[in-house]
Amino acid sequence: KMVLAPVIFPNEIHSLPYSMFFSLLLILQIQVIENDKASRGGQIYATNIRGQVPPLVTTDCVIQDQGNASPRYIRCTAYCFPSSSDMAKQAQIPLAAIIKPFAAVPPNETPLYVVNHGETGPIRCNRCKAYMCPFMQFIEGGRKYQCGFCNCINDVPPFFFQHLDHIGRRTDHYERPELSLGSYEYVATLDYCRNNKPPNSPAYIFMIDVSYSNIKSGLVKLICNELKTVLDNLPREEQEETSAIRVGFVTYNKVLHFFNVKSNLAQPQMMVVSDVGEVFVPLLDGFLVNFQESRSVVNNLLDQIPEMFADTNESETVFAPVIQAGMEALKAAECAGKLFIFHSSLPTAEAPGKLKNRDDKKLINTDKEKILFQPQTNIYESLARDCVANGCCVNLFLFPNQYVDVASMGLVTMYTGGTLYKYNNFQVHSDGPQFLSDLRKEIGKKTGFDAIMRVRTSTGFRATDFFGAIYMNNTTDVEMAAVDCDKAITVEFKHDDKLNEDSGALIQCAVLYTSISGQRRLRIHNIGLNCSSQLADLYKSCETDALINFFAKSAFKAILSQPLKTIREILVSQTARMLACYRKNCASPSAVSQLILPDAMKVLPVYINCLLKSCVLVGRPEIPTDERAYHRQLVMSMDVADTQLFFYPQLLPISDAFPTAVRCSEERLSEGGVFFLANGLNMFLWLGVSTPPELIQGIFNVPSFAHISTETLLPEVDNPYSKKLRSIMDYIQSNRPYSMKLLIAKQREQAEMLFRQYLVEDKGLYGGASYVDFLCCVHKEICQLLS
Amino acid sequence: MATFLEFIQQNEDRDGVRFSWNVWPSSRLEATRMVVPVASLFTPLKERPDLPPIQYEPVLCSRTTCRAVLNPLCQVDYRAKLWACNFCYQRNQFPPTYAGISEMNQPAELLPQFSSIEYVVQRGPQMPLIFLYVVDTCMEDEDLQALKESMQMSLSLLPPTALVGLITFGRMVQVHELGCEGISKSYVFRGTKDLSAKQLQVIDKKTIKKPSNPENDWKGERYASRPCQPIEQETVCRKIDMNLTDLLGELQRDPWPVPQGKRPLRSSGVASFYSYFLCVLQCTFPNTGAHILMFIGGPGTQGPGMVVGDELKLPIRSWHDIEKDNANYVKKATKHFEALANRAATTGHVIDIYACALDQTGLLEMKCCPNYTGGYMVMGDSFNTSLFKQTFQRVFTKDMQGQFKMGFGGTLEIKTSREIKISGAIGPCVSLNSKGPCVSENEIGTGGTCQWKICGLNPNTTLALYFEVVNQHNAPIPQGGRGAIQFVTQYQHSSGQRRIRVTTVARNWADAQTQIQNIAASFDQEAAAILMARLAVYRAETEEGPDVLRWLDRQLIRLCQKFGEYHKDDPGSFRFSETFSLYPQFMFHLRRSPFLQVFNNSPDESSYYRHHFMRQDLTQSLIMIQPILYAYSFSGPPEPVLLDSSSILPDRILLMDTFFQILIYHGEPQWRKSGYQDMPEYENFRHLLQAPIDDAQEILHSRFPMPRYIDTEHGGSQARFLLSKVNPSQTHNNMYAWGQVSIQNIVLQVFMDHLKKLAVSSAA
Repeated sequence: KMVLAPVIFPNEIHSLPYSMFFSLLLILQIQVIENDKASRGGQIYATNIRGQVPPLVTTDCVIQDQGNASPRYIRCTAYCFPSSSDMAKQAQIPLAAIIKPFAAVPPNETPLYVVNHGETGPIRCNRCKAYMCPFMQFIEGGRKYQCGFCNCINDVPPFFFQHLDHIGRRTDHYERPELSLGSYEYVATLDYCRNNKPPNSPAYIFMIDVSYSNIKSGLVKLICNELKTVLDNLPREEQEETSAIRVGFVTYNKVLHFFNVKSNLAQPQMMVVSDVGEVFVPLLDGFLVNFQESRSVVNNLLDQIPEMFADTNESETVFAPVIQAGMEALKAAECAGKLFIFHSSLPTAEAPGKLKNRDDKKLINTDKEKILFQPQTNIYESLARDCVANGCCVNLFLFPNQYVDVASMGLVTMYTGGTLYKYNNFQVHSDGPQFLSDLRKEIGKKTGFDAIMRVRTSTGFRATDFFGAIYMNNTTDVEMAAVDCDKAITVEFKHDDKLNEDSGALIQCAVLYTSISGQRRLRIHNIGLNCSSQLADLYKSCETDALINFFAKSAFKAILSQPLKTIREILVSQTARMLACYRKNCASPSAVSQLILPDAMKVLPVYINCLLKSCVLVGRPEIPTDERAYHRQLVMSMDVADTQLFFYPQLLPISDAFPTAVRCSEERLSEGGVFFLANGLNMFLWLGVSTPPELIQGIFNVPSFAHISTETLLPEVDNPYSKKLRSIMDYIQSNRPYSMKLLIAKQREQAEMLFRQYLVEDKGLYGGASYVDFLCCVHKEICQLLS
Repeated sequence: MATFLEFIQQNEDRDGVRFSWNVWPSSRLEATRMVVPVASLFTPLKERPDLPPIQYEPVLCSRTTCRAVLNPLCQVDYRAKLWACNFCYQRNQFPPTYAGISEMNQPAELLPQFSSIEYVVQRGPQMPLIFLYVVDTCMEDEDLQALKESMQMSLSLLPPTALVGLITFGRMVQVHELGCEGISKSYVFRGTKDLSAKQLQVIDKKTIKKPSNPENDWKGERYASRPCQPIEQETVCRKIDMNLTDLLGELQRDPWPVPQGKRPLRSSGVASFYSYFLCVLQCTFPNTGAHILMFIGGPGTQGPGMVVGDELKLPIRSWHDIEKDNANYVKKATKHFEALANRAATTGHVIDIYACALDQTGLLEMKCCPNYTGGYMVMGDSFNTSLFKQTFQRVFTKDMQGQFKMGFGGTLEIKTSREIKISGAIGPCVSLNSKGPCVSENEIGTGGTCQWKICGLNPNTTLALYFEVVNQHNAPIPQGGRGAIQFVTQYQHSSGQRRIRVTTVARNWADAQTQIQNIAASFDQEAAAILMARLAVYRAETEEGPDVLRWLDRQLIRLCQKFGEYHKDDPGSFRFSETFSLYPQFMFHLRRSPFLQVFNNSPDESSYYRHHFMRQDLTQSLIMIQPILYAYSFSGPPEPVLLDSSSILPDRILLMDTFFQILIYHGEPQWRKSGYQDMPEYENFRHLLQAPIDDAQEILHSRFPMPRYIDTEHGGSQARFLLSKVNPSQTHNNMYAWGQVSIQNIVLQVFMDHLKKLAVSSAA
């Protein structure tokens, strides 16, 4: 075993004794987060300085847009780009931006201003078509402006003319959002609309699998009951009383049932379409309705659906025709929209998109493993293309009891900007609340429909690769049937030339979309980054959380084409090379055996190790293939905060008076403690064997450890312990896209194994190095690179 | 026996049979020389209120190749309890139940007045009637509304045990499920493709059920699919009835937008196809009475069975297009509907077509459906007309017992004595391909069989049956021998019972060489005219028009030559006996009737006229060929006048009945305009004006389909209907510029003169 060298950070120049090594590790990840919270939390962060590194995603602060997009919308892996591609190659640091164009902003921050230039539409550079933004330089007394992106000199349209003040700034600078803000919206003109026609308001179609298992589990009843109330909360524009979104209903098993719920009907009408080979929409009028107007008919229908199929023994289902039908319905209604599909089983009925169980554990850790992540048939891919072309976003709620081939079934969801939810072995009483919470959140989400995103950059570099729940027909247009407040697109940039250090690296992301009220709009996010020829500047401006987001997405995308082993090796070697470059060029000279990490990348190794240990990249027969495909798909659309928590869960000792996060390691657990862990998908409550009875009484309302049933839901008990735990849970849950189901893991019981997977600093249950082992390995590589 | 006329009338009243010859030539050779074949018009369900059905089953001849029914013509040995079959001469034992018979105590079937007798089959279940409504929804709101009302009316007339189903179609085909509570359910199919029976069966599996156990059905499968439902049954009765009524109430026009310059997409072909399968799926027994009622508001424009494209600028085919082989869809569509009609006929289901539109709807292509299955064909301008409404109501006419006057799933079997064989049938039937000893090799019409399927029957349904005398010239028939024919009609009565009606008739033989006078005197020229007309129309459906006319002319000339009295080459000497005198005139009118002339008629109209001509009884058929013209005047009671332009006088009120039209012609318009009829002192005049209207009403009230009622006067635009029917003997030739068509519409007198000339010509 190699001798570990002390880890040295640049600001802790003095050598540390070996014995201190572990204590340093102890504080590592947690300490970085806590330090940032302490120094920047609760403050106002203004975006007025180009290339300024924002607070960490884990730090709460108020963000003020002063010319650059808020980090809620855009986060970058580095805020100071290397000025040349040689330098970028040397550093090996990925240059990427994680863009969440529809990010939710807290109520104490200003929502986006909407600019309306009437029939002329947004002002754009004649050459590169970039939109008017703070990066445009006005010259010749305000009659012309120079585009910050392509340097083209454009005339200022007469209606937009304004005099310049003594520093060359327009006198209306602060009155116009497009001159002073990083993010704002334009009202689009008819030129930006499909067929030059103003869009209709979007529609939501609920498509419920009513085959035997869903009826038997009570799921159909649960959904129908919930829809009766949840539809009152369809998203609407701030100023509107009711939502403009129309709703429609379909049930299906081997055949599809459409419902006419027109408000003037005495009772709903059901239309059965059995021609699943060539599915079509059997009705024109009355399928998509305003819920408020048709409430009684819709409620009548929702009451009847569970009863109607109560005696069903149909266990076969179709799937692709369901999506097809939903898309055709939206197409016929000439609107964009979302499908909400509630499905439980592998679609084995004779129809297009029929799937067979092809889960083959023998492929794991072979070159053919990638097949497991690819769809079984290419029908889903062409279906996805059609869906995107028609602005049809597919949200899929899966309730599998066995293998359902998530890789195939989730594909359309993935490409159309939809969300995939999966509830294994769904039980109404234990999983119902989690599902309903997800459903409510999904229905209420602020969303842009039928969207197309374009990322423009200033000269010298350009966007080369895009990762996310997106579809791309060409290399520049990012198409999204819908993009909601949780979806992030990771964009990778590459140099094509030298960057100018004075003008910096400018990025403009424009999203053309249809709003929930059916208005066509453009959402513009601008951010300016610095450029430098000094590697030190680059390393100083890096953001590890964003880097992990990028690494995760690019690795998860690569598994479709490369063997996992190669991907893992690339991740390790790139980490080592990034660190070695720093060591070689930026750190003060020290012994080769010392591991020196840049300040901004202190936690990179631990995160990379977590990523390497994720079930997607660790192929083991014990891990269900569906679970890996599911995680892969979720990560692809995650933003920086989500990936941060997903790869390094938060572990809180609840038993402490003031719980602060601790490292995810077994050694932090104590027999007398209660620990809470969350990763954005799951929550655990770990109970040590000698947890004080009053704590158990307080939380579970049972007298002792032995009385705690892991099956039950957490009771609401009126005492400080319970309240504290629940408020912590609520807080963690509050900004997360997925509802987390709480699992109770009692020490030394079966469920603890599941919990232990999430102690990411330890040696993995299914393989994967402990943090210390990984650090050694990286260090070894760095040493090799340096020598 | 009185005169032949009385004999003929009596036979028709009792048996519904009219023979062309009532004395038959005794050899094959002589029979062929008679020109008009030995043939009969037979009305299987001839209304006989005085004939109560017998509650037992017929006794059959034991010879397996015969199986004739015991009848009054059979020789009976009362002591030995034996009877001899009069067709095959087999001696049969009476069944044990007949032990008590004697000369004094004869069963009904042996009494001469029961030459027609109806038995009720006691075996087997009572079968429900099925009415499947197939409704086009591509029509104007008013039309659809009117149609809905008519359908609701018909529902109220259906018996409580009847099963009903509803299919609507337009761009898509919708099979409605009846009887689910709280939600109206339907199966929707693309209108562009025929799914196979199997594909349809996947859905409708649960629909195949007997309505006999409604309670089970309701508890077990409340929402299970069942497109057909008894309209009334115990506790659920009103619900289902209400359900269908609601469903009809909520029925909307086809919602899909029709772009400018396009026809609505209408899937008639697919809808009819599915309806057939639905009926099949519903029927656990073959031959269950089922009526598929198709309501069509326009031509099919997509899918199999389309008759025209959806581009409005391309009109639907005309006779001209068809002659020029320019009608793209006709062959394919006809094939589609023929296949459907054949399948429906095999399973015993009736397809009715009610087509109401201003333009053609494709009756030409669809005609085989009603024609093969004995269904109705009704053509009108709009569903919102009394013509349709009343005609449709008449479909559901009931008899004294409150039963529909319709029979279902009928089969007609014919037994003949040895000297005569059956050549074929023409009428709303299909062959059952039953070969037997009495089947002639010489086919006429639908031949090669002694059994036909007649899926839909009503008291007027009349078949033309053609026979062949096969007795050889050198095999004399014993003196007093008679040729016998037995018609055995099995059908499902609308009460659900299976019934068998047996009609046995016999005619004398006569040696044509010695007894030609006898044979000539037995000629029934009315029946003969209709029988020949049916043959001609049957040929016209498949052959070129001119060929048929030539054939018809040749037959007429040959008949004249055979039975006329004349000196060779002296047209003036030609005389025809009274029994033949009207025949040439019938032929004259037949030649210019719409059944043989397509000029001025659309293919749909031709199909419509021919459809009715091929199924009506003798009286109605005669009116169709030669319309009746009555004159009303002050000088006396109304009198029939010649169908000739000379009958049209300014001071004469005329009533013309062409079967399809009732026309009142008021003479000079100033008559009525003067307003005398409103004055009390001119009450007479008022009565005169009213009389033809009352008479017209009487016809309007009884006829199916209801005729078009035309009220016109001299110079009125509608008077053309009259002028087109009368013999243009007078100046009309010039007035109405009929010169161009005078080749076809030659004047009766010219026709007769020409005929005489040809008949007496030694060259012929």
